Amino acid sequence: MHIMEGFLPASHCLGWGLASLPFVGYGVRVVQKIIREKPQQRMLLGVSTAFTFVLSALKMPSVTGSCSHPTGTGLGAILFGPVVMAPIGLVVLVFQALLLAHGGLTTLGANVFSMAIVGPFAAYGIFRLAESLRLPFGLSVFLAAALADLMTYVTTSVQLALAFPDPVGGFWGSLAKFAGIFAITQIPLAISEGLLTVVVFNALKRFNYQELHEMKVVTGGQEVRA
Amino acid sequence: MKRYQNILLLAAVALLIILPLVIVEKPEPQPGQKEVEIFTGADGQAKNLVSKLQPDYKPWFEPLLQPPSDEVASLLFALQAALGAGFIGYWLGSSVTKAKFKKIS
Repeated sequence: MHIMEGFLPASHCLGWGLASLPFVGYGVRVVQKIIREKPQQRMLLGVSTAFTFVLSALKMPSVTGSCSHPTGTGLGAILFGPVVMAPIGLVVLVFQALLLAHGGLTTLGANVFSMAIVGPFAAYGIFRLAESLRLPFGLSVFLAAALADLMTYVTTSVQLALAFPDPVGGFWGSLAKFAGIFAITQIPLAISEGLLTVVVFNALKRFNYQELHEMKVVTGGQEVRA
Repeated sequence: MKRYQNILLLAAVALLIILPLVIVEKPEPQPGQKEVEIFTGADGQAKNLVSKLQPDYKPWFEPLLQPPSDEVASLLFALQAALGAGFIGYWLGSSVTKAKFKKIS
């Protein structure tokens, strides 16, 4: 989902940057508030960040014959709400833009918007919806994380299609082409991300039930393990 | 089932990664052309598509630092993953220990 350095017109870079800014700013304040008022949740904040670090570094092969990587933003969004992932995603993207020439500083706003804003908001919305439909907890987590991953890549495709419409097919023609590269490739990876997020949540439910309960991620008593 | 759930989930992830490597076949190169590369990055393919859609588009900014080789790039990617995995390992380890002490006391 990394739009490469210089590969968006300057006006688009500016636009996506301005769109991302308030989310990042508010996200920083929320993170500070968590650290100040709920120090017991710091560890889980670290786990959410670490999960994004790991998953966005893993480039996996896909059925389309190309490689891409998951985002890992669903976990933190389900735990803390979507907005905390904006600054966390920004940290990962800056690391990759500066040291790895992966993504870029000019395209940072657009990449933050797809990975650290749209993805987390999709995860949070889908998780809450699935919970209100009383789906099993694991299934809710899976759907939230997997679809968030996919939505990030759909967003990237939209961003590129807006900047580079097809000479014949216009925006939609271009979107189909970019989505063919990004979204289709991403389907098996999104499933992987969903499954891995469930694994982490299984551990969280076992070891951090108290915190999950405080954060209203789970309700009711802890099941007794045999 | 519950007990083996994590192992099954991890096995499914491994399968999802291995399957493409098995089922995607390398297309034969056209006569007179270079060998076809597979499993290249989707980001790079998108870059090529941009050049196809707007051949006169020039990227207007260059990365400040470019890893000098693929080896160095893989070092940095491994570092990124190691940082994350290290922290998750720390959390899991301390959680298991905490749970054990709780049981004893």
